[in-house]
Amino acid sequence: MSIAFVMVLVVAGSILFHVLSPWRMTPIASNWGFIDDTMGLTFLVTGAGFVAVILFMAYCLYRFRHEPGRRAAYEPENQKLEAWLAIVTTIAVVILLAPGLLVWGQFITVPKDAMEIEAVGVQWSWSFRLAGVDHQLGSSDVRYIDTTNSLGLSPADPRGQDDLLVTSGELHLPLGKPVKVLLRSIDVLHDFYVPEIRAKMDLVPGIVTYFWFTPTKIGEYEILCAAYCGTGHPQMRGKLIIESEADFEAWQIAQQTFEQSRKSAASQDKRASAQ
Amino acid sequence: MTDASVPQNVAPPPAEVEDVELYHAHSWITKYVFCQDAKVIAIQYAGTAIAVGILALVLSWVIRLQLAFPGAIPFIDASVYYQSVTMHGMIMVVYMLTAIFLGGFGNYLIPLMVGARDMVFPYVNMLSYWVYLIATLVLVSSYFVPGGPTGAGWTLYPPQSILTGTPGYDYGIILMLVSLILFIVGFTMGGLNYVVTVLQARTRGMTLMRMPLTVWGIFAAAVMALLAFPGLFVACVMLLLDRTLGTSFFMPSLVELGERKDYVGGSPILFQHLFWFFGHPEVYIVALPAFGVVSDLISVHARKNIFGYRMMVWAIIAIGVLSMVVWGHHMYVSGMDPWFGFFFAVTTLAIAVPTALKVYNWVLTLWHADIHFTTPMLFALGFLVTFVNGGITGLYLGNVIVDVPLSATLFVVAHFHMVMGIAPVLVIFGAIYHWYPKITGRMMDERLGKIHFWITFLGAYAIFFPMHYLGVLGMPRRFYEMGETAFVPASAATLNIVITVIALAVGFAQSIFFYNLFKSLKHGAPAGGNPWRAASLEWQTPETPPGHGNWGKHLPVVYRWPYAYSVPGAPEDFLPQNAPPMSGEHSP
Repeated sequence: MSIAFVMVLVVAGSILFHVLSPWRMTPIASNWGFIDDTMGLTFLVTGAGFVAVILFMAYCLYRFRHEPGRRAAYEPENQKLEAWLAIVTTIAVVILLAPGLLVWGQFITVPKDAMEIEAVGVQWSWSFRLAGVDHQLGSSDVRYIDTTNSLGLSPADPRGQDDLLVTSGELHLPLGKPVKVLLRSIDVLHDFYVPEIRAKMDLVPGIVTYFWFTPTKIGEYEILCAAYCGTGHPQMRGKLIIESEADFEAWQIAQQTFEQSRKSAASQDKRASAQ
Repeated sequence: MTDASVPQNVAPPPAEVEDVELYHAHSWITKYVFCQDAKVIAIQYAGTAIAVGILALVLSWVIRLQLAFPGAIPFIDASVYYQSVTMHGMIMVVYMLTAIFLGGFGNYLIPLMVGARDMVFPYVNMLSYWVYLIATLVLVSSYFVPGGPTGAGWTLYPPQSILTGTPGYDYGIILMLVSLILFIVGFTMGGLNYVVTVLQARTRGMTLMRMPLTVWGIFAAAVMALLAFPGLFVACVMLLLDRTLGTSFFMPSLVELGERKDYVGGSPILFQHLFWFFGHPEVYIVALPAFGVVSDLISVHARKNIFGYRMMVWAIIAIGVLSMVVWGHHMYVSGMDPWFGFFFAVTTLAIAVPTALKVYNWVLTLWHADIHFTTPMLFALGFLVTFVNGGITGLYLGNVIVDVPLSATLFVVAHFHMVMGIAPVLVIFGAIYHWYPKITGRMMDERLGKIHFWITFLGAYAIFFPMHYLGVLGMPRRFYEMGETAFVPASAATLNIVITVIALAVGFAQSIFFYNLFKSLKHGAPAGGNPWRAASLEWQTPETPPGHGNWGKHLPVVYRWPYAYSVPGAPEDFLPQNAPPMSGEHSP
């Protein structure tokens, strides 16, 4: 019978833990507040269900515990009650699902004016590419990868010559502008993960995946890899810096274009062979 | 051949086939080693599953020690950590849970519960076990090859699983894939047996709707496994070819650590589809037998019929069917076509309805019951708490948009451990305490059983409930070490230490169970044939433990469902399924 009492304690303890827990969602830094709202709604609905079921069970355990002379009732089924429970549960599920699907609809609909950038994953670091003055990313393929072209940009594609290459692992983005992040891996699965952004997506070698978000808070955030990618997986870090438009422009100007990087690599090669 | 004294509606039909002569063992070897008796095969399956499960338990300590004290234990480096994660996961899901529920409980209980003399294909049944044993040995042998077992993660996602940046690249991954292929071969032989036995070998009067829910759960799980395991089988064969012959089923062009590989044109996502086409039904292959067993434990120990039996059966079937079309919820952020998200979110949340109905019916069975707090009952109740808790967090992860921030975090780890780790393991313990008297003829010690229950139940809850919150915070899973990360406060490390201490304690407390298990073999109180006063057929055998052929000279004849507890007018608070009908009885 002590189990009836313990079950009440488990429910009370769980609620208390939830209220007092210092481990909460990180302060959001993107437009995906709806995700947090949907999660909050889910907590309310499922939490109420958990409390109701376990407390009802605890009551039954206490009330109908074995005592001398007790005999259980005989009731094989009660179709009316079962039908009602099915209806109530279905309604609860719809309440969770409907807003969830609406937000998912937004999640997969990229705004037309979103700035396209590319994040490239490799065991175990991040690189980035911005579109440059023509606002277009050039094509790429793993067969172009060599020591002077680590991201595998097509040398013949004119759209790619002005692309800005960021190999330091530090990505800057302007505040308040929607960004479509194109994701490309040149070896194994990775996942672009910034907890404060909420959105995340896998990088899959062989295809280009994407997700979008709008940065809403100036600051510095850590980029992690959220798809296990070998022994160096936890060390695969990058930095996301969200800053004002002006700061972003200044940073962008300081980055090297694909063309420049090819030239400097070529001149290095020449110097090396002259020696 | 109807008996005039029996009302027409409950009269059993005549026998359709003659009782057949069984295979008889002639030597010690064929009786205890290469044995064809399902009851012996069940013990062999369960013993092997538990042995390899203990290895998985020890591996979980390696994982926990590293998470709590990163870098403090010299022999746990990144490779050992990822190898432990991989082996722990694969062993628990496939070699332990699947094997013990289907090979262990399935073999022991199906023939006894449906009134058969044995499985219909005893020789194939025996082969099934030996192939399973070989599969297990191949898996464990990867600890003894250069490079050790694979550290690819239990999901074995290519390209990473077959590239050199992963521990166990040389042999570990090959042994893992070969072992899985063998397991599936072995399982298929066993699974066909369970299905055919349930459909063909039920005794007179044992209609499908008179089967205990344990049999329904195992039956549905076996059907699902026969449909789902082939997905894993082909995935393993193709991945093995990619690894050994250099084919490119799952491998696109890629450059690994500066070196261009010869692969071209394969699809890593295809592997994920195949893996989860198996992987999600697998969750229910473990859960459905647990659902069935728990229904029977609650009913017997609450002295009341399971509430809404027909709904319970249909819910099992509905869950079985739906679970074949929800696999994509493991892949919401995999880069598959995002439009799939709508479909898989709807199917996944739809499965919550029949699952919730089962929970309601378990709880409603307690209403106006006569509840005996035996050890099996306590474990069944513990299952309810952990299953409800783990089930509702599934609603977070199934609802595609909510999954996006939570996927690949410790929230996922906490969720699936609660719902398909702790919950089924509690059922396994409950089932062992419950059926041990039938298997051995002796009771297990109740006092030790209760101590074991309290430590295991409360400890496991204390391990996995708080872990959800680390996931909400955003802490990723499969991190050998968190290192300095701005958004992770120091208190998270403290919580990890607390969880590890509890995990070690709960792990060691399992020795109480093993002590009880072995001590009771000789020193347990004699159980008699039916110590729980249960109505289902396995408790009505002429001998305990049941002899070869189970039923002595004559097969039992069944007159009612297995939940005839506290029937008004009955002399006792249970009516065995094979007891002749009372006058005016209207049992289902």
